[in-house]
Amino acid sequence: MAPATPSTHSAISLNINGEKRTLSVDHRTTLLDALRERLDMTGTKKGCDQGQCGACTVLLDGRRAVSCLQLAVAAEGREITTIEGMAAGDQLHPVQQAFLDLDGYQCGYCTPGQICSAIAVIEEHAAGWPSAVTDDVRPEAAPPPLSADEIRERMSGNLCRCGAYVSIVEAVARGAAETQAMTSADLPQTEEAAA
Amino acid sequence: MTTVTTGTRAVKGSVGTAHTRVEGRDKVTGAARYAGEIPFAELAHGWLVLSTVARGRVRSVDTAPVLGMPGVLSVLHHENAPRVETDYPGLLGSAPDPTVAVFQHDRVPHMGWPVALVVAETSEQAREAAEALVVHYEEEPHDVDFYAGHPDAYAAEGHMPGVTAKGDLEPELAASAVVVDERYTTPEEHHNSMEPHAATARWDGGRLEVVDSNQGTTWVAGELANLFSLDPASVWVRSEHVGGGFGSKGVRPHQVAAVMAATALQRPVRVVMTRRQMFSLAGYRSPTTQQVRLGADADGRLRALDHSSLSLTSTVHEFVEPSAGVARVMYDADAHHTANRIVRLDVPTPTWMRGPGEAPGSFAIESAFDELAEKCALDPIELRVRNEPALGPVSGLPFSGRNLIACFRKGAGRFGWADRDPRPGLRRDGRWLLGTGTAAASFPAGAAPSTAAITAEADGTFTVGINAADIGTGARTALTLIAADALEVAPDHIRVRLGDSDLGPAMIAGGSMGTRSWAWAVTAAAGDLRERLALGDGIPPEGITARSNTTEAIGALAPKERHSFGAQFAEVAVDVTTGEVRVRRMLGVFAAGRIVNPLTARNQLVGGMTWGISMALHEEAVRDRATGGHYGADLAGYHVAAHADVPHIEADWVDDPDPDDPVGIKGIGEVGIVGAAAAIANAVWHATGVRHRNLPIRPDRVLMAGENA
Repeated sequence: MAPATPSTHSAISLNINGEKRTLSVDHRTTLLDALRERLDMTGTKKGCDQGQCGACTVLLDGRRAVSCLQLAVAAEGREITTIEGMAAGDQLHPVQQAFLDLDGYQCGYCTPGQICSAIAVIEEHAAGWPSAVTDDVRPEAAPPPLSADEIRERMSGNLCRCGAYVSIVEAVARGAAETQAMTSADLPQTEEAAA
Repeated sequence: MTTVTTGTRAVKGSVGTAHTRVEGRDKVTGAARYAGEIPFAELAHGWLVLSTVARGRVRSVDTAPVLGMPGVLSVLHHENAPRVETDYPGLLGSAPDPTVAVFQHDRVPHMGWPVALVVAETSEQAREAAEALVVHYEEEPHDVDFYAGHPDAYAAEGHMPGVTAKGDLEPELAASAVVVDERYTTPEEHHNSMEPHAATARWDGGRLEVVDSNQGTTWVAGELANLFSLDPASVWVRSEHVGGGFGSKGVRPHQVAAVMAATALQRPVRVVMTRRQMFSLAGYRSPTTQQVRLGADADGRLRALDHSSLSLTSTVHEFVEPSAGVARVMYDADAHHTANRIVRLDVPTPTWMRGPGEAPGSFAIESAFDELAEKCALDPIELRVRNEPALGPVSGLPFSGRNLIACFRKGAGRFGWADRDPRPGLRRDGRWLLGTGTAAASFPAGAAPSTAAITAEADGTFTVGINAADIGTGARTALTLIAADALEVAPDHIRVRLGDSDLGPAMIAGGSMGTRSWAWAVTAAAGDLRERLALGDGIPPEGITARSNTTEAIGALAPKERHSFGAQFAEVAVDVTTGEVRVRRMLGVFAAGRIVNPLTARNQLVGGMTWGISMALHEEAVRDRATGGHYGADLAGYHVAAHADVPHIEADWVDDPDPDDPVGIKGIGEVGIVGAAAAIANAVWHATGVRHRNLPIRPDRVLMAGENA
């Protein structure tokens, strides 16, 4: 490594998948490059390095973000979740399992970004966020059904050049249903009855 | 010693049954490592510097200021780079594209030509220095203007004859009751695999090691050995996971530059293309302008077929996009002429891109057939039935299997084609005009010599070594199933190793020939292994290995017309006040040999059809005449279909095992895109009554056509 000088480098601490990682970074280093080149977390992919393809999607404080347009020094204090943080040990996240079972990929390079995006889409939808294809966008409206068109619209920031969109949409739908089933099962009986 | 178990419990039926990908877990968890992701100690980073002029000479490279920048280790350019050898036979026997021989001279043949590589300790340092490097040019006037009737065009052979001709066109056209004579164009298109090209090179104990993303390590290792005058055994290329290829991931400047820098610095060097650089360095599909003349009797039977295509190539290498080749397979006529011509311009060399020739060629010929059906007042499927040839129209050879009409019949039933009113411009859904269209597809089905080795391990499992490339096709999984059936064991007893040049020579992932070629070699090795295991001597700790080489068997194949076929159907909605075209549904039915893994095969065929949507409506690289470079050379300027552009697409197949292949395979990688854009364009005509003969069918084209109609 070149000698680090105070003017070009900073020591930072990143909270990644619930773990604190301390490192010194060049101020120009993107969060994407910090993950891939400095922390050997290569699950997050570089497809275009300019925010156009979605392959580098991670979650920042639970919301999706393209990590190639985020400087690592600016990610301090944020809760960063990458594809490596989605499974619970050997237990895949339902969205990961659905991608595997329904062949929601081909080459696999856009896949981590698609999965991170999908997990956030399911949460955004459940929280009532409308999309460009949502008919009723009034604040008091209930979330629309997570139809194939809703999934396509919300996932459109993640390109897949192999053209696996059809099976990705199926996988997101199944992942959403499984996530919802898990969430309902976790709810206490009384709350369910009240709803 | 272990008791031999194979053959005692026959397990068959893996081939033809849906299996999830064997590497699937690694891909959904982010554990699968691609070429730029393998760690190396003491790694240095190379950043390519590309020319900012479209033609001329490099006068000088101001390396001194850049060499003083933090972390910069070296600047390689034409005055100091290692010399390479380019006088050797390339992949198909022809000379290699000299584009890969970087930094050998001061000539600049196109915008974006590599003029230097800056190597630094970190990628940030390399990038800043590369952007700061001043290169002085002696600029010359350039010409990137591509148009029909170019005076410098000449007929050229690529992987097929440039020109074929039988019968006299003019008398047959004059005698025809119905004539279609139209020009069709397709734009410059780019592969844009999601994973950019990446290579890391290092010397290790006198051996060159390259970790790369490519469609065949046999190919890349062989060319690197030739370029650097090395013993082939001293070059080791690995490519385990590949983030898409589509024809672009062969030998490219990044590998050569990485090897040069690793040689000069004696430490590992990684070179990764940026997305923008890929538009100049990774190859692309040439634009085409195609003239189709069809003459037919009133009943639709062809008397004359004339398909002439013009594409472009660079000034340094001849590459032909053979769009007129598809007519040599699809349709016959007493007068049958086809020609592929090229013109040399100051542009990068184009290359194979998914469905080379067939993808743009089918847009022209299958659109023209729809126009002929309209003029003959015939159903487009019936028109194809009436023109179904018994033998190869040009070769006179029998087909190994055709089944095109079976695809149309199955597809028509499923799509609801029988209820279609052929008249255009009648159906409306709110602001949308609706229409349906169809087109035929074909792509050559071939096999190329490959070697394989299978080891029966002492623990009862089998290790298959075959230098295949899994670029997203599911090859690793398909070969697992093929080996399982050939050895009569369950797939979980099979371990497939691929993407490693030390495994021995094998076909690349290309030309829709990979799975068939590799499966043949695996099946042959398995047959030999089973014979040896049947001797019943038990398996020693090191296992028993059988090897195969299919060169002789493939060489003995009788000449035939061997192709996959298909029928494409599309329904579109067109808003003529905004110019928007939306594909509402698609169906493709294919005769593509035995389907090894229905789960991944369906995905790949649908992927090809998705490329058809992208080709029909979105993709277009625009070159600026003044600078010779692109407008918007990125994924915001070059549109590929996104989620919201792609509706539910169905792909299905008819039973069509290849009679001359040990497994019955043909190939599915490319046939899915062929005809898809024509089916969509034909549907747009059915919706609006306007023919679109220039791709992509952009909103402005729909609006302008609406004004003229």
